[in-house]
Amino acid sequence: MAKITYREALNQAMCNEMERDDRVFLMGEEVAEYNGAYKVSQGMLDKFGPKRVIDTPITELGFAGLGVGAAMAGLRPIIEFMTWNFAILAADQIVNAAAKMKYMTGGQYNCPMVFRGAGGAAARVSSQHSQAFENWYANIPGLKVVMPSNPADAKGLLAASIRDNDTVIFIENEINYGDIGEVPEGEYIIPLGKADIKRVGSDITLIAHSRMTGYALAAAEELSKQGIDAEVVDPRTIRPLDEATILASVAKTNRAVVIEEGWRFAGIGAEISARIMEKGFDDLDAPVARVTGKDVPMPYAANLENYALPSVAEIVEAARVTCNRA
Amino acid sequence: MSAKNEQKATDGMTHEGRFYSAERLHAMHDMMLYIRRFEEKAGQMYGLKKIGGFCHLCNGQEAVCVGMEEAADSKDYMMTSYRDHGHILARGSDPTAIMAELLGRAGGVVGGKGGSMHMFDIEKNFAGGNGIVGEQVPIGIGFGFASQYRDDKRVSITIIGDGGVNQGAVYESFNMAALWKLPVIFVIENNQYAMGTSLSRASAETHLYKRGISFKVPGIQVDGMNVLEVERKMDEALEHARSGNGPMIVEMMTYRYRGHSMSDPATYRTRDEVDELRSGRDPIVRLQKQMIEASLASEAGFKQKDKDIKKEIVGVAKAAEAQPEPDLSVLWDDILTDEIPNAYPYPRQVS
Ligand SMILES: Cc1ncc(C[n+]2csc(CCOP(=O)(O)OP(=O)(O)O)c2C)c(N)n1
Ligand SMILES: [Mg+2]
Repeated sequence: MAKITYREALNQAMCNEMERDDRVFLMGEEVAEYNGAYKVSQGMLDKFGPKRVIDTPITELGFAGLGVGAAMAGLRPIIEFMTWNFAILAADQIVNAAAKMKYMTGGQYNCPMVFRGAGGAAARVSSQHSQAFENWYANIPGLKVVMPSNPADAKGLLAASIRDNDTVIFIENEINYGDIGEVPEGEYIIPLGKADIKRVGSDITLIAHSRMTGYALAAAEELSKQGIDAEVVDPRTIRPLDEATILASVAKTNRAVVIEEGWRFAGIGAEISARIMEKGFDDLDAPVARVTGKDVPMPYAANLENYALPSVAEIVEAARVTCNRA
Repeated sequence: MSAKNEQKATDGMTHEGRFYSAERLHAMHDMMLYIRRFEEKAGQMYGLKKIGGFCHLCNGQEAVCVGMEEAADSKDYMMTSYRDHGHILARGSDPTAIMAELLGRAGGVVGGKGGSMHMFDIEKNFAGGNGIVGEQVPIGIGFGFASQYRDDKRVSITIIGDGGVNQGAVYESFNMAALWKLPVIFVIENNQYAMGTSLSRASAETHLYKRGISFKVPGIQVDGMNVLEVERKMDEALEHARSGNGPMIVEMMTYRYRGHSMSDPATYRTRDEVDELRSGRDPIVRLQKQMIEASLASEAGFKQKDKDIKKEIVGVAKAAEAQPEPDLSVLWDDILTDEIPNAYPYPRQVS
């Protein structure tokens, strides 16, 4: 297995799928000649030409809708948002068109397409460029929401998302683009809707996605020094959620902390803890705890930004409280 | 009189140098009249509370629906707003299925999931039926993009209202369509009103065919109350887009006789204004006159035709009403294509 970056893994997935299926094309701002704002599409213009790797004007609503129409007409668009912050301008096409098209047309038209780009907090870019939107899209029937936490998952999940016949919201993480990891070569598919146990443990379950998976793993290392053996579950697909894996882990550990970068109110942690309460109540020895981003717009100053985000220390603390070890 | 002209006099009619056979003229007339009577029936059914929700009729705008469809190829894509009954009828979809959709029945064009605003027929390349003002415009250029990608010479006929044309998405679409020379015709149905807001109260530039100037999208204005003009100009526009010259705006000057939707008494305009259009420029009456003058039809013939159509539509409404409501099990159908059985929310369950 080769060691490559998260961004290279995404690039491999797109290139493999474009070689395999000539209906697939990539469209977005700066994806072609500039090789991607975050260099995810490096070299793709040279490989596939301007017909299939297309630079757009700065016009999110327009090109998102173009993708919807192209998908309805039988192509397989990958629509890149430079970041998900800008996709708010395209929300109408994602929510009112793509998500509902199959249903509203009685199954006549569907939108097999991927909307992808960087999500989550970036570094030192303040409120408008640092936020998590997975809970917005995870609320919508008709969408799937996928968030890889490491390079191998990035490749396998993106390939699966491109092959999927529904609309997939694929949220990458800007801070993770340079992460290096072992990634299988050639075709590599990870089925959607399958969580992954990133660390096996017996005392408490830490549930975390995207960049927070790394934080949870770091917290688990710290906890092990303190005699607490944590299991880390990464849902990978947020919607639909592989809750069976989460519930099985909680049945074993009897304790859970849900971690997310986004805001607490109506967040992903709210849904997951509600499900543990509904379906795993008898397994619990303590209330489910949540570690989330603070309920504030992201500030710029380094110390404030740091404080606004969840930290490894907060995860450790929440786990200790949940284990009655605070 | 030359032999050729004699033949024309009996077999058809010439408009601006274009010959229309009697058969074709009758077909255009009959479809316009069919749409008019269908909409009247829909209005009646709405009054009886058999149709629910929002219901937007297109009485007065029939020449746009029919003339455009006459010029188009059946492979061309078409999409519009919620004022969609006339367009899908003109495309040739089954009227019983359309009426059944209005009534929320199992045999509706989209199985009772869409209603008046969301008519789709993939077999007829009719892609909606959109309830969000302007939303179909970016989607329309997407169809044009797919056609260019596959080089299959299909044009995307993307229809918007005079109100919808103020949405930002429209200008994003003009720009990309012109930039990439996409085969798209942007049809603006200028019926002078967006709900209760007249054109001049919403638009600084009221010549909507000029709205593409900054984007290098050429535009033309057409008398949308004259079906032959609509056909002729639309044919030119389609030819322009089909031969790789990029998009074009076609502003159809038209008028809706009824309120915006069934709940709108339309008090924002005068009775005289409506009457002037109705009695002076009605597209159906106009074509009838022209056909009678050209000895292609008679008043009695049209009266009979009207009776036949009304009768046919009574049958359509009966057949649609006789259909069952959708089975409750279909509530869960068609949300996803690739359902994931073991993940929450579980397919087809309250969870
Ligand atoms: C985005 C959005 N805003 C507002 C509405 C409410 N609305 C429905 S129809 C309409 C007027 C549109 O008028 P026009 O584009 O001229 O089309 P017409 O009804 O005349 O065919 C409005 C404001 C909507 N459906 N979508
Ligand atoms: Mg209008």
